[in-house]
Amino acid sequence: MSAVMISRKVTRKWEKLPGKNTFCCDGRVMMARQKGVFYLTLFLIVGTCSLFFAFECPYLAVHLSPAIPVFAVLLFVFVMAMLLRTSFSDPGVLPRALPEEANFIEMEIEAANGNVLAGQRPPPRIKNVQINNQIVKLKYCYTCKIFRPPRASHCSICDNCVDRFDHHCPWVGNCVGKRNYRYFYLFTLSLSLLTIYIFAFDIVHVVLHIFDIFVVSLTPRCTVLEVLVCFFTLWSVVGLTGFHTYLISLNQTTNEDIKGSWSGKNRVQNPYSHKNIIKNCCEVLCGPTYPSVLDRRGVMLEDSSSPAPSDASAASTNKNSNPVSQTTKSSAPLIPNEHTPDEAKPGIGAGQKSASSPKEEKPLSPTSPNAIAPAVIKESTH
Amino acid sequence: MADFHNLQELRHSASLANKVFIQRDYTDGTICKFQTKFPSELDSRIERTLFEDTVKTLNNYYAEAEKIGGQSYLEGCLACLTVYLIFLCIETRYEKVLKKISRYIQEQNEKIYAPRGLLITDPIERGMRVIEISVYEDRGSSGSSSGSSTTSSSGR
Repeated sequence: MSAVMISRKVTRKWEKLPGKNTFCCDGRVMMARQKGVFYLTLFLIVGTCSLFFAFECPYLAVHLSPAIPVFAVLLFVFVMAMLLRTSFSDPGVLPRALPEEANFIEMEIEAANGNVLAGQRPPPRIKNVQINNQIVKLKYCYTCKIFRPPRASHCSICDNCVDRFDHHCPWVGNCVGKRNYRYFYLFTLSLSLLTIYIFAFDIVHVVLHIFDIFVVSLTPRCTVLEVLVCFFTLWSVVGLTGFHTYLISLNQTTNEDIKGSWSGKNRVQNPYSHKNIIKNCCEVLCGPTYPSVLDRRGVMLEDSSSPAPSDASAASTNKNSNPVSQTTKSSAPLIPNEHTPDEAKPGIGAGQKSASSPKEEKPLSPTSPNAIAPAVIKESTH
Repeated sequence: MADFHNLQELRHSASLANKVFIQRDYTDGTICKFQTKFPSELDSRIERTLFEDTVKTLNNYYAEAEKIGGQSYLEGCLACLTVYLIFLCIETRYEKVLKKISRYIQEQNEKIYAPRGLLITDPIERGMRVIEISVYEDRGSSGSSSGSSTTSSSGR
């Protein structure tokens, strides 16, 4: 049968994700778009360490101890691993709301706001929740069409809402959020140690050379270069590590610190802190490893050349592409009319269908039940 | 209201009428927990206790996955020592619990929800933000009905 013979191009979900991320290795690697500074970071670390291993280590291994280069190698491997883990992993991106969810939220908002007179600005979309006896405001994200969970924030550079958003770090070329914060912290910590280590042994090397009778080698020039790089790196990286240690002990994010969310005025306190430094550190550094909810490598069935074998797969493609076509191209979520939710419900599918952007081929309420089935099975057996 | 005996029947004779979204409950912080408030749209479709049981069990599973205690420390420290390469070989505790959740939802769908014309979507498919419950109507019936969930449908 022809449908079986024609090869299908496998499209993975990462190819259709909204947001300004770049993906590599077929969706395994996820980074921000601007990677220039990340390459600089790599160059500085690898370059300095290469000089150290090439020129310092032979001397130090012989004159002091072979353990010195061994430890340096271990530290270097750890630094690189943490850097790559931070840069390449999903920071905790929250997927955008599918049309039905967006509509549902819209209806809730409309119901909560009541009647807004024409010409009057509608009230800001904020939900108040009480967390540990503290009122926390959840803001509505107009891009992702969700109420952001507490501590989540929208990164404008990556155009994604990120859970427990800390900051966007150009040095690692990615956002730092819930899923990769501990790798980021370990990266800064280990890099501080590595920098101090190299700096210290460079100084030792120079000092030893002064007392060495046979001072004829190229090494001092490389040493000076390394010392310079380490000196300038030290202040920034060690400072950053110290700052993040402080944040971790208080269970705060950089974002909250900058905004002064829990600065203490108006008797506002951090509801997420356990009021115990050890507990806070343990939660951030030794907490569970959260899964990615993006499913980057999930397969979207797409028959680019063959006729659709059945309505099922075509429709299931479209159903899977819902998170995909949910881009900012479609305008504000649609309420077909201001009727009561009961009346509006059957109308949602039809209303959405007529008003959605041309890219979105899928009608929300598929006429064929078969269309739902494969997608539903897929979901339930995920 | 139609009585769907299993997922198969649901598939062949139902059309999607509505979706209900159970939101997250943030009162205990950022841990994954869903509201157990019974939505009014499901009033005629399923018993309140069954629904609450499902959500409470899911909440318990998530609490187990996110528990910070001896096991999570051990996992964290071991992983750190192996430069997180150990996760290439073993599954994290969270992933194990997610599989359990997936099986549980499948089982609930088959036993309880599909016969009532409902279908639960695993929250992980929706970014762990909502539990999406799809409400199906029998294709033959017009509009929503208010029959009890135990009435059986005429043959389709």
